[in-house]
Amino acid sequence: MMADVATYVLTALGLVFFVAGTVGLLRFPDTFSRLHALTKADNLGLGFIALGVAFQADTWAQLAMLALIWALALLAAGTVAQLVARAALAQVQVDE
Amino acid sequence: MSLTVFALTGAALVGLGVYGLLALPHLLRRIMCFNLIGSGLFLFFGAAGARGAAVDAIPQALIITGIVVALSASALAVGLVVALARRTGHAALPDEDRAP
Amino acid sequence: MSLALDLALCALILGVALATVAGGGVFRAVIFFITYGLFLAIGWARLGAFDVALAEAAIGAGLTGVLLLAAHARLRRMQAGDAPPPAGLNLPAALAGAGMALALGWAWFALPVPATPDIASALPRSGVGNPVTAVLLNFRAWDTLLESIVLLAALLGVWILARDGDWNAPLGPRYHALSGGVLVNFGRFLPPIGLCFGVYLVWAGADYIGGAFQGGTVLAAVGLVALMANVVRPPRVSYALLRAAVVIGPAVFLLAGLLAAGFGAGFLTLPPALAKSVILVIEAALTISIAVTLALLVIGPPDDAGRSS
Repeated sequence: MMADVATYVLTALGLVFFVAGTVGLLRFPDTFSRLHALTKADNLGLGFIALGVAFQADTWAQLAMLALIWALALLAAGTVAQLVARAALAQVQVDE
Repeated sequence: MSLTVFALTGAALVGLGVYGLLALPHLLRRIMCFNLIGSGLFLFFGAAGARGAAVDAIPQALIITGIVVALSASALAVGLVVALARRTGHAALPDEDRAP
Repeated sequence: MSLALDLALCALILGVALATVAGGGVFRAVIFFITYGLFLAIGWARLGAFDVALAEAAIGAGLTGVLLLAAHARLRRMQAGDAPPPAGLNLPAALAGAGMALALGWAWFALPVPATPDIASALPRSGVGNPVTAVLLNFRAWDTLLESIVLLAALLGVWILARDGDWNAPLGPRYHALSGGVLVNFGRFLPPIGLCFGVYLVWAGADYIGGAFQGGTVLAAVGLVALMANVVRPPRVSYALLRAAVVIGPAVFLLAGLLAAGFGAGFLTLPPALAKSVILVIEAALTISIAVTLALLVIGPPDDAGRSS
């Protein structure tokens, strides 16, 4: 019962971050602030959702997999954000 | 009911892909449309295979085979498009209507 | 509730597919196509086809996406430009597309529901616990054998497109990565994890979700990341180990089939007592070939001009 409540609260919190990140992606003016909205919010959003789902896990192995998924997504998102930002910076310098 | 939704989505994807394959000039877009047709058919087939009591494993295995073959065909097609662009400077086929 | 979810998901899939076909700019279309593949993977998970969901996400969205993005970048460097999508609707094409969709829709309601083949009772004889793996590598091994040969044929087709002068050059175009930059570090950090994950997918595929194709794709992706980060150098066509890796899968598969025929069981008919070990051997060889072939298909033929430009 308590676990279910924790899942509801944490996944709802995660969804709030996803919505905020999406709104930022759509509304912010340039690539860099969009990336900021996307990576910060999505990493936290996915973290909260993983944490929420973790309360439903039966075994420690499932918990470890959830943590691994979050860590890998964090790593990939961080790397891609860096690469996109560098490409966008090169574009800005070409334009100027 | 959900199966019907997925099957009709698959049918619509095939229609969309056929339209794009015929109407779009850029060859990379045509490769994407070819993939839309393929994946739409897979979805239709997969939904049909899920109608029984249990999800049928045979369509699933054939669809996995199909996804891999679609990638092989796409890679060959992309290779041909790049070779064509290297030769002619265009990534689209010449327009028959305007050709002399 | 779940019907509402499926309706929303299908609307998303169709919307993203429409954006792929009708959206402006080829780059935008490629991005929408990758998104489409990921939504479709969720759809497969909703249908309970988790093996297909993994394959669609890894191959349909991932590898095809990398292939298309790389091709778009190459074409842009060659100034082969974006042909703008034609203004207005192409009526004959629209009629053809609508006709096709309607015919399939009609077929859905008109076709009878066939009896589902009883795989569950045959599963113990297959040697593995995942019915999809059992079909792929035992019950319908023919399809999978021929498919591994299709992969090989596609790779030869791609290699044939190399210009004569480039034949001995390293495979693929040149990739740019800032030394010490994030991509290089990612290319060093990811392969050990990806290697473990790919091998795990193949191993787990015998009884749970996964298999040679999904695991091989993860391994191919690891190779691509390492290549693009310039952590490993691309091989040449003449590299003997590379050629061996490309043919070992179909070769071992054929050999197993012929051995089964030689012992009187019939071509590709695995005796139940040995099935598990034979399938593991075939899958291991197949994974190597699939991983190497998929990665080579995505990077393309040797291209020396692509290196200098």
